Amino acid sequence: MCTTCGCGHGDTTINGISPVRRKRAAGAGHGYRLPGEHEHEHEHGPVVGPLGAAHAPEVDPERTLRLEHDILASNDALAAQNRERLAARGIFALNLVSSPGSGKTTLLVETIRQWRQHTAVAVIEGDQQTANDADRIRETGAPAVQINTGKGCHLDAHMVAQALDTLQGEGALAADSLLLIENVGNLVCPAAFDLGEAHKVAILSVTEGEDKPLKYPDMFRAADLMVLSKIDLLPYLDFDVDAAIRMARQVRPGLPVICLSVRSGQGMDEWLGWLRAGCGKARRVAEPV
Amino acid sequence: MHELSLAENVIRIVENAARQARARRISRVRLGVGALAHVEPDTLQFCCELAARQTLLAEAVFEVERMPGRAHCNGCNQDVALKRIGLPCPQCGSFDLRVTAGEEMQVLEVVVA
Repeated sequence: MCTTCGCGHGDTTINGISPVRRKRAAGAGHGYRLPGEHEHEHEHGPVVGPLGAAHAPEVDPERTLRLEHDILASNDALAAQNRERLAARGIFALNLVSSPGSGKTTLLVETIRQWRQHTAVAVIEGDQQTANDADRIRETGAPAVQINTGKGCHLDAHMVAQALDTLQGEGALAADSLLLIENVGNLVCPAAFDLGEAHKVAILSVTEGEDKPLKYPDMFRAADLMVLSKIDLLPYLDFDVDAAIRMARQVRPGLPVICLSVRSGQGMDEWLGWLRAGCGKARRVAEPV
Repeated sequence: MHELSLAENVIRIVENAARQARARRISRVRLGVGALAHVEPDTLQFCCELAARQTLLAEAVFEVERMPGRAHCNGCNQDVALKRIGLPCPQCGSFDLRVTAGEEMQVLEVVVA
């Protein structure tokens, strides 16, 4: 606001609430003036304002800096570093995303149990609080790092870089191995954050609504595979598998889908086969035929 | 509420740019958010106001410019407007769409002194 005459731009509102504006330095002259928003019907007069006060000279005229800087550039740069670091070791990394309670950790535990004969496997666990999930993973004998995000709703590339350091420090970042990153249970926020993974895998359990892909399209669109979990429960539910797959492919055309149940074992071979194919592509030296 | 994380990034980006330009004040920040970006523009703007407290941006006004979403439809082989993810091609109804624009989240420009 112009301290000479009180002119200024209109109050901005955010969701109908005026943003907080405080501590305007006294005598700061045209400290809050914006070019183009200071069009006057009147003249200030060159040197003298009301009350005869001298108008401060324009010592620091405003200027516009054109940035066009991606808001997520720092995360994306770190994610690219993580990706290079993983590729250099031939590690196939997955970012598992879903609502809370879809069975991510249960799937991981069973996957590790059945995977051990293939390659080494390590896990990065993301939760707001507790080390329960990492403890469950460690019980299988696989190395695990627990990231607690506190109030945070997603993992980011920086956290994963730190977790990779920890795994490496423990000698648990084996060459040509599998790395499973379990994101915070949340179908919204993790979609925006690249961690450096090869693929996001979205897990949808049949105890949820089949229209979740349409309700949370960003996540399913970001995924390269959808796992439909807990299918042993289908006889007790009204869940429409075909509709769920159709809706997922509305937001992500051609999305591959694996239907499985950890409890019955159905679909586990297909899942493990998908992991094997991914590991084969990631490995530094081609697997002997 | 990943918008607060994004807002903190906005503050860092603008503060760095302002320091490099030897600016003492930042009066306005213009953000660009695509219609298909993973962010709610009103929430982002609100979070920017929160994150700006006690920074060089404390006095800044934040504006969000919405950029339209666009996609190429493999069904009818046309470039079409797309209001949000999950909607069909407005020309032929196909969902076989490849997004070509509207996913941006950028700090477009800042006004400094």
